[in-house]
Amino acid sequence: MEIPVVRNVLEANDKMAVQLKGLFARHGILVLNMISSPGAGKTSVLERTLSDLRGEFRMAVIEGDLQTDNDARRVAATGAKAVQINTDGGCHLDSNMILEALSNFDLAEIDILFIENVGNLVCPVEFDCGEDHKVALLSVTEGDDKPEKYPLLFNLSKVMLLNKVDLLPYVDFDVERAKRFATHLNKELTIFPMSCRSGEGLEGWYDWLRTARAAKRG
Amino acid sequence: MSVASSVISIVQEELAKHSATRLLLVRVRFGALANLVPEAMEFAFEAMTIGTDFEGAKLELAMAPVKLQCGGCGKEFEPQGKELLFAPCPACGEEAGHHVLAGRELYVEHIEAE
Repeated sequence: MEIPVVRNVLEANDKMAVQLKGLFARHGILVLNMISSPGAGKTSVLERTLSDLRGEFRMAVIEGDLQTDNDARRVAATGAKAVQINTDGGCHLDSNMILEALSNFDLAEIDILFIENVGNLVCPVEFDCGEDHKVALLSVTEGDDKPEKYPLLFNLSKVMLLNKVDLLPYVDFDVERAKRFATHLNKELTIFPMSCRSGEGLEGWYDWLRTARAAKRG
Repeated sequence: MSVASSVISIVQEELAKHSATRLLLVRVRFGALANLVPEAMEFAFEAMTIGTDFEGAKLELAMAPVKLQCGGCGKEFEPQGKELLFAPCPACGEEAGHHVLAGRELYVEHIEAE
């Protein structure tokens, strides 16, 4: 027997992502899906952001990792609400995991929800978690050809944070090359060179967050 | 792994609809930009079907081409060569800011069962 079908393999995830988007829209929550390789500084950027903007926004974090709750503890130390998801080897978060994690939050008390995805530039891009925007995080200790090698992430992201720029004197990272390729992939990509260690460049990112949050609240 | 698992769920649902139990073949169409690694997919599918009614079923992976709309002049084209997102537009030569029209698909296209 032959069964002709056309069924999207990611349909279960995509359907749930649509439901999540509706839920977040009702509560006016800005949701950002943070994607990078391991070690680019997702957790550090979040720690800094959560501390610096503590007085302005009520923020929460969903942390995705293969193992341990180290990141959730680091983030919770800033006073933000944090939930850890352990994927037990899974290389990305999906909508179902987000939905389950949400039971730990009171959505009426959140302005911005950060989803810190598993460190990986490939699979997380394919799984919509109901976010408003993907945020690509790259650091200058990686190759400046990352946008060329992993084009889909940069093509679909709204913002690219280029972290660890305080280390530029010690590495061979060509900022212009990385920027050029990233904007070739996505004309609307906003790039913020920054360092969450020295604090330079953070204000641009914070202003973007303020604008995006105001737009979401309507 | 999660793609293989989704494919298996879809096949199970379709077979139940058609009162079939044994899977012979399933064809998955994937876009060249869909971040699917065929070898990994084949391995995961085989590992997850061993000892089930789907054991020994053939998994066909068919790649779908990328189609872009030029970021400069708006012409639609299929990039040739290995540069997919940065391919120069055949009409105006622009390499940047192309809009992806096709190439991200990932769907189950055909099932044979009994």
